[in-house]
Formats: sequence, C-alpha cells, structure tokens
Amino acid sequence: MIPPVASSAANRPPIVRFTNIVKRFGDGPPIIDGVSLTAKRGDFISLIGPSGCGKSTVLKLMSGLLPLTSGEIVVDGMQPINAREALFYVFQEPTLLPWLTVKENVEMPLKIRGRPGPERAAAARKTLALVGLAERADFYPMQLSGGQKMRVSIARALSMSPELLLMDEPFGALDEMTRDHLNEELLAIREQNAWTAFFVTHSVAEAVFLSNRIVVLSANPGRIHTEVTVDLPYPRTEETRLSGEYQRLVAEVSRLLRSVERLKTAA
Amino acid sequence: MKEKSKIDVFLPALSTAALIGMWYLARGLMGEERLFLLPAPHQILAAFSEKGPALWAAALNTGQGALYGFGCAVGLSFLLALFLSLSPRIRTAFYPHLMVLQMTPIIILAPILILWVGAGMKSVVIITFLICFFPMVVNTTQGLVSTDANLVDFFRMCNASKRQEILWLRVPAALPYFFTGLRIAATLAPIGAIVGDLYAGSAAGGQGGLGFLTIVYSSQFQMSALFATAFVSCALGFVFVGVVLGLSWWSLHKWHESYRKDG
Repeated sequence: MIPPVASSAANRPPIVRFTNIVKRFGDGPPIIDGVSLTAKRGDFISLIGPSGCGKSTVLKLMSGLLPLTSGEIVVDGMQPINAREALFYVFQEPTLLPWLTVKENVEMPLKIRGRPGPERAAAARKTLALVGLAERADFYPMQLSGGQKMRVSIARALSMSPELLLMDEPFGALDEMTRDHLNEELLAIREQNAWTAFFVTHSVAEAVFLSNRIVVLSANPGRIHTEVTVDLPYPRTEETRLSGEYQRLVAEVSRLLRSVERLKTAA
Repeated sequence: MKEKSKIDVFLPALSTAALIGMWYLARGLMGEERLFLLPAPHQILAAFSEKGPALWAAALNTGQGALYGFGCAVGLSFLLALFLSLSPRIRTAFYPHLMVLQMTPIIILAPILILWVGAGMKSVVIITFLICFFPMVVNTTQGLVSTDANLVDFFRMCNASKRQEILWLRVPAALPYFFTGLRIAATLAPIGAIVGDLYAGSAAGGQGGLGFLTIVYSSQFQMSALFATAFVSCALGFVFVGVVLGLSWWSLHKWHESYRKDG
C-alpha cells in the first residue's frame, strides 16, 4: 500500500478523527448526521456520493471554515481552526489572485504567514517544478489553461508543506484527458512527500485511481453508507487503469453509488 | 488588422468633412441678418488665435479646479468606500444620505455653497468634488464587497488578518470597479468645474475659468469665441478621460479579462 510516512508514524495519533459529527444550517434538517471516521497518516480518502450528501461540507468543517453543530473533529491533535498550519484546502476553482503572477500566487500563503522572501521564493520554485510549471512562473493566471491554473493551485497548497490536503473536486471542471493526466501527476507528487488527502469527487474512476479508501456517503441526511478499500498497489500509473482489479472496483463503487442515489430518490 | 486601422481613421475623417460641409451649407441657407448666430468654422479658428491666451488661462484655471475636486473625490471616496465595505449595516445606515446628495441637482447647491465658502476656486473645487464623489463611492464600495467568496475562504485558510485581507485581496480585487467609477468621475469633473465657475468664478477678480469666460462672451454676443470655448471645454474633458483610461490600462492590462487579446 502506501509507503510508510515516517518511522514514528505508528506512535503518532491519527491525523484526522471525526466522532459522531452533525452539521445543520440554522434550524434546517441535518446535512451531515452522525459521521465517524478515522484517517491514518498517509491515507488517501475519497468522499463520493449524490449531490446534497454534504461531501464539500465535510471538508469545510475539517478546515474550520464552518463550525460543527455537534460531535468532534480532531486534526493532528487539534481543533480544526488551530490546525491550519498542518492542512491546506484546494478549492473547486483554481481561486488564484488574477493580479499576481503564478510565482506570487504560490508564495501568497507563506507571505500571509510572514515568511521571509527567500524562503517563499525557494518554496515556489520547488512546488512549481513539482507540477511542471517552472517555466510559467512569471505568467499571469489569465495566460494559463484551465489545467495549468489547477496545477498552480495545487503548487500553492503544497508550498505550505501541509500534512493534510483537502481537495474539493479540484479536477471537476477539466476534460477527461486532462483529468486523468493530473490524477497521475498528483500521485507522482505524493510519492515525494506523502501527505494525507481527503478528496471529494463525482468521478468513480478518479476515486478508485487515487485512493486507498473510498467513503460512499448517502444523502438527506449525509451519512456513511459504505467504505470500500482499494488494494491496488502504489505507485499507480496509466497501466493501473487497465488492470482487472481496477475495473472491478470501478464497477463495484458505481453500483454502490447507484444504490445510494436510488435511496435518495425513494426518500 | 492594418486595413482595419486605416478605416478607423478614414471613416471619422470623412464624416467630419461632411459635417463641416453641411455647416457651411446651413450658413448659405441662412438670412444675412442671422448669420452671426452660426459662425463659420474658419471664424471659430480665428477666434482661437485671437482669444488664445484668455482661453488657455481659463482652461488652466478650470482644469486646476477640476483636478483638485476630482482628486479630493477619489481620495475621500476611497476611504468612505473602505468604511462602507466593513458591514452591510453601515451601508444601510449611510446609503440614503448618499442617494439624497446624488439626487439633489448640483446647480441648486452651487449658490448655497458660494454663500458658505465664498466665490472663487474654493467653491469650484467643492462643486466638482460633489459631482464626482457619488459614482466613485458607489463603484468602489461595490468592488470591495464583491470579492470572490472562494478567495476570501482561501485567505481565511491562511489565517490572514483583516488588514492583509483588505490590502492584498479586497483592494486589488476592487480595482476594475474603482476604474469604472474613475472613468465616470473623469467625464464629470470638467463639467463640475465649469458649473461651479458659472456661479462662482465671476467674483474671483476677473481671473475665472471656462464658465466665467462663457458668461463674458455671451453677454457680448461673441459667437465665435463661445464656440471656441465649447471646443476647449470638450478638449479638457478628453484630457481627463484620456489620463484615466491610460491609468486603467496601466494597472489592469496584464491581468484583467477586459484587456485580454482575442485568441
């Protein structure tokens, strides 16, 4: 499976632990109702489910952008809002600042935290090289394609060297070819510094390709329906998609997703 | 591309020539005794050289008043917009006053202002300020509160302070809106200064602007000089808008979609 993160990983507490979390907006019905989940360091967990199952909300709760109604989330031993040094969020949109160059965008999280210029420049150089955009450092976002903008967004997230990356359908707006390619790149980058990932997606194929765990959520209210373990060995490549086990898993998760959606329409 | 730019010059030149032709034609059709009402283009040109120094001094005077009033409006509107952007409650509390100020015709306010601060440059500046202020405040405030919610979340994720959020996110994101306001204000600034001058310039010891000159020339039936004054006022407007368009290009062209080259 995943290469061990560090020899001491076993002694450290799990990176994320949800205990019976509930989220409702105002007086409305709960969006998320009693989800419990523990992520080990190095896990790549995909959240998949029908729209309205609260997958994106889970990420917002983990990052402290939204408050919990009840239950508990512990990230790296801390309340989410205090764990922001350790985690980073990759939004659905690239959310780059259009008036800054690619390099300046990647440096922004470090600049906000008051890190010195040379450290920022070094981090930007490193992470831009990682996503293959070193040559575009002085471009403005307007001059980049959709896939390139998303790469910059990922480079920006990695510039903080996070232990936990929360990704909210980062490749949802891209065409399938670009998406497949970026999936492979994402795993290749992860080989070098094995952060834990929570990945929200609508694409079963993407979830199976990337994750070692897939959490299928049901909607109204959002609950964990099933968890599927993906035992495909890392590193995964283009070849992985051709394997029988991969295809079997895609079929299985698709079937689960369909049954969850039927539940939703029946309700 | 090259073909197109030739046409871009040729068409306006052609229509201008046609307009001048019609101007002379109109004069040919007018009775002798009324000809003085519509001076010929060459008579207006003659007025330019004859009244040159007076027109130039008046244009500088009005330009100065317009620039000061415009400058004050830009500075103060920016501060007020920052304040208004802090919360919707603040906007609810103050927008009605801004609306009232905007809806009151400046021409009615001018005599009141002159009674308060006296005639001369001071009231010209204040009247220009008043006319430029509203579009600046409204546009800049709109810009400061329209920041993409995801970008705000991104700044929160980085634990950005309120000051960092305003300086590094909200203000630059508001720039396109700010320049929209600035363009509107730039067309209004010379108008404001001339309106102010019509009321307040005459008492300034004969050293008035274009508004004052208009009063003088119209009382003397100097039609050619009046037309010349109108053209100078128009040119002053072009200078203001031109400078603002240049500034807008300079700060936005590298990154804003509105300056994206096609293809």
